Amino acid sequence: MTEPATPGQTIGPFFHEALPYAQDRELVPPGSMGSIRLHGYVYDGAGLGAPDALVEIRQADPAGVVPRVEGSLHRPGAAFTGWGRSSTDRTGHYWFSTVEPAPVRPGGPAFFAVTVFARGLLNRLFTRVYLPEHAAGDPLLDRLDPAERAGLIARRDDDGGLRFDIHLQGDAETVFLTFPGHGG
Amino acid sequence: MTEQREISAEIVAIHDAAQVGEPQPRLDFPPYRSSLLRHPTKRPRPVDPEGAELVAPVFGHSDVDPLEADLTIQSGGEPIGERILVRGRVLDGDGRPVRRQLVEIWQANAAGRYVHQRDRHPAPVDPHFTGLGRCLTDDDGGYAFTTIKPGAYPWRNHRNAWRPAHIHFSLFGTDFTQRLITQMYFPGDPLFPLDPIYQSITDPAARERLVAGYDHDLSEPEWLLGYRWDIVLTGGHATYLEPEDHDD
Ligand SMILES: [Fe+2]
Repeated sequence: MTEPATPGQTIGPFFHEALPYAQDRELVPPGSMGSIRLHGYVYDGAGLGAPDALVEIRQADPAGVVPRVEGSLHRPGAAFTGWGRSSTDRTGHYWFSTVEPAPVRPGGPAFFAVTVFARGLLNRLFTRVYLPEHAAGDPLLDRLDPAERAGLIARRDDDGGLRFDIHLQGDAETVFLTFPGHGG
Repeated sequence: MTEQREISAEIVAIHDAAQVGEPQPRLDFPPYRSSLLRHPTKRPRPVDPEGAELVAPVFGHSDVDPLEADLTIQSGGEPIGERILVRGRVLDGDGRPVRRQLVEIWQANAAGRYVHQRDRHPAPVDPHFTGLGRCLTDDDGGYAFTTIKPGAYPWRNHRNAWRPAHIHFSLFGTDFTQRLITQMYFPGDPLFPLDPIYQSITDPAARERLVAGYDHDLSEPEWLLGYRWDIVLTGGHATYLEPEDHDD
């Protein structure tokens, strides 16, 4: 008795008063012990940054535990929630201040789960940001060609941060994911 | 600039060639011009969710004030327009309620104007209406917003392009993979056939799922009109091994 799902629609251009909020992208305070910056650009098919995109991440903590605690909308005093939201700026840049997730199962991959929304994008997209040190032996990565695989693995910045660009379309198009039950 | 009749002809041609039963919008839908450079050209790769993908973020009473569900009391005075109640349930694909989860909405005011820097529609801003709301679903998956019926508004997809009245909805499920952002429409809108965003869903039954129903039992005498809209998220709980669900 599977119910048919409600279809998605574009986030449109007018979400900025509604969805962003104070410290939405600061899963941990910037500069705090163990914090890193995960950041990059959302590009359209012409290689231009998308200034009206929204990126959300979900992740495990450094012990490999996915937090199930409230407080993402009012961070001060809240524990690490493992979820954050970043709109892009006028150049298409997004960023998060967070900690690195550890694998949830021993020997498994470590990744950030990602959802992407944008004006002009009619439904959400899912992808993963793999940590370069924990990408070996992953069943998804192992199915991809080398360029696609490289596109899902973050690059290490000089300051220890992680850089991950999202290409909605084009030669470097990001590998997007579909999960069981998603249909079309 | 492209005329409506050309956009409408493109929509009809795509619908005529589409299979019945596509459940989601096309990402590649040229009548919506902004989609041209923003749709992936490759099919998404199937993968089994794991780790963080199996667990939606958790929200609670520290995140949301119950007053945020009433958009008519937020700005120190009565907003202008038709007062409405929008009520419904958030369910997963197995019909299970999505409990205590965040619902966010945003919308234009009665004149079709958003509180947003980039909205250039020369319609009045209502000093008593922001068009922003949040709530948590209850133990039955239920949500309710008191608001003002939004107006249709023009946009620049083509000449004389107008969006049917809608409320933007942002939803979370129990799994991260159930994340949904969509738009709720009002029954009988004459702009439906003309709108490339609504028509990006090629299947008529799937489009219908975005249209709220007028529900006279939800209307309150001498106060407001009621609309009902249930939301079904994709899939059940992917790795739900048999439920230890003693509370229903
Ligand atoms: Fe809108």
